[in-house]
Amino acid sequence: MNYIRMFVAFFWVAIAGEVAYRVNFFFQLFQSLVSLVVAVAGLGIIFSYTNTLGGWGHEEILALVGVYLLVGGIIGLVIQPGMQQFIESVRDGTLDFTLTKPEDAQLLVSIRQVNIWSLIDIMLGLGVLAFALVRLGEKVGGAEAGEFLLMLAAGAVIIYSFFLILATLSFWFVRVENFLTIFQSMYEAGRWPVSLYPGWLRYGLTFIVPVAFATTVPAEALTGRLTLTTIVAALGIAVFLLVVSRYFWRVGLRHYSGTSA
Amino acid sequence: MKALIELYIQQFKTTIATMFAYRASLLIWMIGQVLEPLVYLIVWSIVSNASGGSVGDYTTKQFAAYFILLMLVNQVTYTWVMYEFEYRIRQGTLSFALLKPVHPIHSDIADNISSKLITTPFMVLVAGVLTAIFHPSISPALWAIALFIPTLLLAFALRFLIEWTLAQSAFWTTRVGAINQIYFVLMLFLSGQFAPLTLFPYPIQVVAYVLPFRWLISFPIDLVSGRLTLDQAFVGLGAQAAWLVISYFLFRLVWRAGTKVYAAVGA
Repeated sequence: MNYIRMFVAFFWVAIAGEVAYRVNFFFQLFQSLVSLVVAVAGLGIIFSYTNTLGGWGHEEILALVGVYLLVGGIIGLVIQPGMQQFIESVRDGTLDFTLTKPEDAQLLVSIRQVNIWSLIDIMLGLGVLAFALVRLGEKVGGAEAGEFLLMLAAGAVIIYSFFLILATLSFWFVRVENFLTIFQSMYEAGRWPVSLYPGWLRYGLTFIVPVAFATTVPAEALTGRLTLTTIVAALGIAVFLLVVSRYFWRVGLRHYSGTSA
Repeated sequence: MKALIELYIQQFKTTIATMFAYRASLLIWMIGQVLEPLVYLIVWSIVSNASGGSVGDYTTKQFAAYFILLMLVNQVTYTWVMYEFEYRIRQGTLSFALLKPVHPIHSDIADNISSKLITTPFMVLVAGVLTAIFHPSISPALWAIALFIPTLLLAFALRFLIEWTLAQSAFWTTRVGAINQIYFVLMLFLSGQFAPLTLFPYPIQVVAYVLPFRWLISFPIDLVSGRLTLDQAFVGLGAQAAWLVISYFLFRLVWRAGTKVYAAVGA
């Protein structure tokens, strides 16, 4: 498909841009490894006092940490950089150039900015996930794997739409980067199953800032906790948010008049 | 002295004006300040409830007290300078600060205090709400409450000096991100932000007591929770004072060396 070809092209452009700063690789690797060690060590301390945390075993929470890193990596790889640049381009008017391209502008702004160093987080996340799955052993079968991939995709769509809706607000307001930063600090809470949290926080992390769909739900799929209701809800919300975000984009674009160009 | 007081007053005004201009950034900062201790509070409460109402020497209600107090001690002691200093050097804005007749740390102190004056009412409100939700319990003696304020102020001064000194590593390297991260990890575990120190393996506790981290965060909390004897409290005050002196000399030393190599990269 054309769009995949474009994404690959953008990806190569990003790599070409970053090979000049090769040392960054080691610093990024170091920082990602440190945050991984923190997460694992913290779990080690907690599970030296208990066998389950809200019904989740040590390996199961480790799998959740893997999902957390993986999804965080996906967000950092393309979703967040793209949205950040999009917000900036609305402010300084360079969105004009994107709009003149023959491809769909929403898609272009969504894929054109790639932060390749986030691949490290994705790799680490997959590594942790693999380790946890080996430890969990037989309990994870083909059905769980299928559900996991489906929920991961739904989670990614939900997060993407959420970011896009926030970013399109920049058509009306000047400073919206802050909303993206709020997401970052809320995402930290996704390192634990949202079922641990008291009701108000759980609902907040599910329906206001959809962290739950990004981390807890895919991890639930892997550990055989997923109910049919959750599957239907996640898919329904993914489709709904995708449509709504597209609507926001179109209304916003009509509002856009090119500020400086 | 008079000039210094004027500088502080002026910096108060500037900071307060800036903070009201960037309300959203302030809100984000406070969400982070609340969310992290809250998450650990919830996690440890669940562990405690699952193992019969206590973990180590902490009951569920004492965990609640620990993490609510942690939030407040963090509020009193936090600084932004480790994020900001690198920018000042990279952009060369430090050059303007160097032209002024007073040390740049003064405007940072004034800035820090005025930002706290604005955010503290909010944090106290949050602490009140969390108290109503989680029913924390502490049992301090009167002398412990009386000593709490001095330990808190010492902790603030100490953390400020340490972080200001570390931030100056930006004079030598443009990769302060990695240094900051190591510091934050050490803080997380050794100062007691992740869990009360008594829940850690013994060797880690020893390290935490020898290094300054414990005296920044968990010492004032333990004191006002009524977990220390009078002797232990005075040992703690002594450790704080000793580290303060050491940090002050390090701060002077690093500043002298740093300003010598500073070349205003961006200006």
